[in-house]
Amino acid sequence: MTALRPAPVVELELPRSRARRRSLVISLCLVAAIVVVSVIALGTGAIYVAPLDVARTLLGNGSRVTNYAVLDLRLPRVLIAIAVGAALGMSGVVFQSLSRNPLGSPDIIGFNYGAATGGLLVILVIGGSPAVVSSGALVGGLVTALLVYVLAWQRGVLGMRLVLTGIGVSAILQAVNFYLIVNAGVADVARATVWLTGSLNNLGWPQLWPVVIALVVLVPALLFGVRWLEVLEMGDEVAQGLGVPVERARVYLIVTGTAACAVATAAAGPIAFVALVAPQLAKRLVRSNGAGLLPAAWMGALLVLVADFAAQRVAGGLPVGVATGALGGVYLAWLLWRKP
Amino acid sequence: MSVKTPVLSRATGLVLGLVALGLVALLSLAVGARSIPLSTVLDVLATRDGSDSAFVVWELRIPRTLIGIAVGAALGVAGALMQALTRNPLADPGLLGINAGASAAAVLAISVLGVTDLRAFVWFAFAGAAVAGTVLYVIAGRTGASSVRLALAGAAVSAALTGFTQAVILVDQNALDQMRFWTVGALARADMATLTDVAPFLVAGLALAVLLAKPLNVLSLGDDVGRSLGAHPGRTQLLTLVAVTLLAGAATAAVGPLVFVGLVAPHMVRVFTGPDERWVVAYCAVFAPALLLLADVLGRVMAREEIDVGVVTALLGGPVFLVLLRRNKAVRA
Repeated sequence: MTALRPAPVVELELPRSRARRRSLVISLCLVAAIVVVSVIALGTGAIYVAPLDVARTLLGNGSRVTNYAVLDLRLPRVLIAIAVGAALGMSGVVFQSLSRNPLGSPDIIGFNYGAATGGLLVILVIGGSPAVVSSGALVGGLVTALLVYVLAWQRGVLGMRLVLTGIGVSAILQAVNFYLIVNAGVADVARATVWLTGSLNNLGWPQLWPVVIALVVLVPALLFGVRWLEVLEMGDEVAQGLGVPVERARVYLIVTGTAACAVATAAAGPIAFVALVAPQLAKRLVRSNGAGLLPAAWMGALLVLVADFAAQRVAGGLPVGVATGALGGVYLAWLLWRKP
Repeated sequence: MSVKTPVLSRATGLVLGLVALGLVALLSLAVGARSIPLSTVLDVLATRDGSDSAFVVWELRIPRTLIGIAVGAALGVAGALMQALTRNPLADPGLLGINAGASAAAVLAISVLGVTDLRAFVWFAFAGAAVAGTVLYVIAGRTGASSVRLALAGAAVSAALTGFTQAVILVDQNALDQMRFWTVGALARADMATLTDVAPFLVAGLALAVLLAKPLNVLSLGDDVGRSLGAHPGRTQLLTLVAVTLLAGAATAAVGPLVFVGLVAPHMVRVFTGPDERWVVAYCAVFAPALLLLADVLGRVMAREEIDVGVVTALLGGPVFLVLLRRNKAVRA
């Protein structure tokens, strides 16, 4: 009898290992693309630096001018773009998987709307520095996420009820946001709109470190939780049968997924669409239904990086959120159109 | 007998909804900056006597109330169709890219072409919505796209168009100033001419919706089962998209993008009707306008200045929705 056992295991493992290999290849391609775009972004601007000189500067052999342009001005911004994009991509994977919904994103738990309300209250009502705006957004987002979770709780949180509760709470907050925007002076609204769109303007090394430290903690935490995701997608009963502590796993994933989104929002404002589109793009490239945390992270990073480059250099200083929606939307539309 | 009872109570609920809609409509005629007693409202409705009250009721409040009813019904039904089509509770008419398309066209009209005439604005917004709907259909695939593809294509089109709108309003502060008032959604600025402009589209869309309820019911079992029961997934999908574009496009053009009604009204009525699309559509056509009008009335009296209906609908409907959700044991994963 025992001799029968290995056969199905082999059958199951074979396509899986192929998917793993493809996922690895895609990840490597994405990382390569990130490096290329980073080098171009680091070299472009008022002071042009050739790609080789960028490499030389990064290795510590730059001139004073290239050191200033590349290391002081541009590198922190590029790194923040990568970090923010990766965080949003991973957060998107977690929430799409948890809600079993391809339109899922941290919006499901109301985080972005809460963050927007928090940020808007600071900008339009209290009036504060960018750091205060970030904290306001963080507080608003986290309180909202907690509220949605508590409201959806009824002896456990079911996927569908979580989604619907998120819709209800988000709608209320969006109304509050509209009210704030309509009743404020247009100059303040203009400033708020930049923040709401999500912007990497004026970010430097001091803003990068908190993001890096947060990600150093969060990435292993998310990688640890991802093994539950695929099982939870099969349904609670199946997951329970396979020995997953369903409710605890879900709380863990919601907390880590929300934290990843919170890091990104605190750094750059609520950048739209990356969390939704990065996992979808990655999934289409890898051609698997699996969770694919890392491909989505790289895809998110690449998307924000390219979008920021386009918004900053091509469109003349627009906030990055304008281009993430446009680029990500067009790219996803193209992928969908090409493969009927 | 056990089969008959729920149908009866659903019918009763619909009649109650109609009564409620009638009452809210009367209230909407009476309440406002100048409040008019209900008896006077009924008098001037019977005979248009040239008094100030008659002017307010006939010239201001009747158009506003009619538009509220028309737009509410259109958005509610469009939302129900959209959720049935994509089989996704997160779907709303905005998912088709309708709101994003209308907004993009509106901002284009303001910023590039310098349009200030409200009536031209309506046509721009409607054209934008129609173009967005068409683009979505081409991307998602002409013949029977899966619901996931459709939802994703909608999200993609919306994001791209929103990016465009954002770019324009970030550069052009004048456009930002006009757009922020349009985006909230308000019944106050709509007049009778707007209503007659969009009415044909709304009527056509509603008629289509009535015809589509049954095929959508069948398709809710899945495309394959539906096909074996004689449904045509491709045709139903195309017609549903046309209906949603007509309904939501015209409604958005008339009063601006009211997101909440289309998204949440179907969820609210489903608590009472169950999943049968014929009842969901009927209930949405009655309860969504009642909700919208009630919100509009409250918005007139809540503060010294009017609060736009887009804000009040969500502030009022959101908590109700959450309560319904908590009490409804039927919501399962």
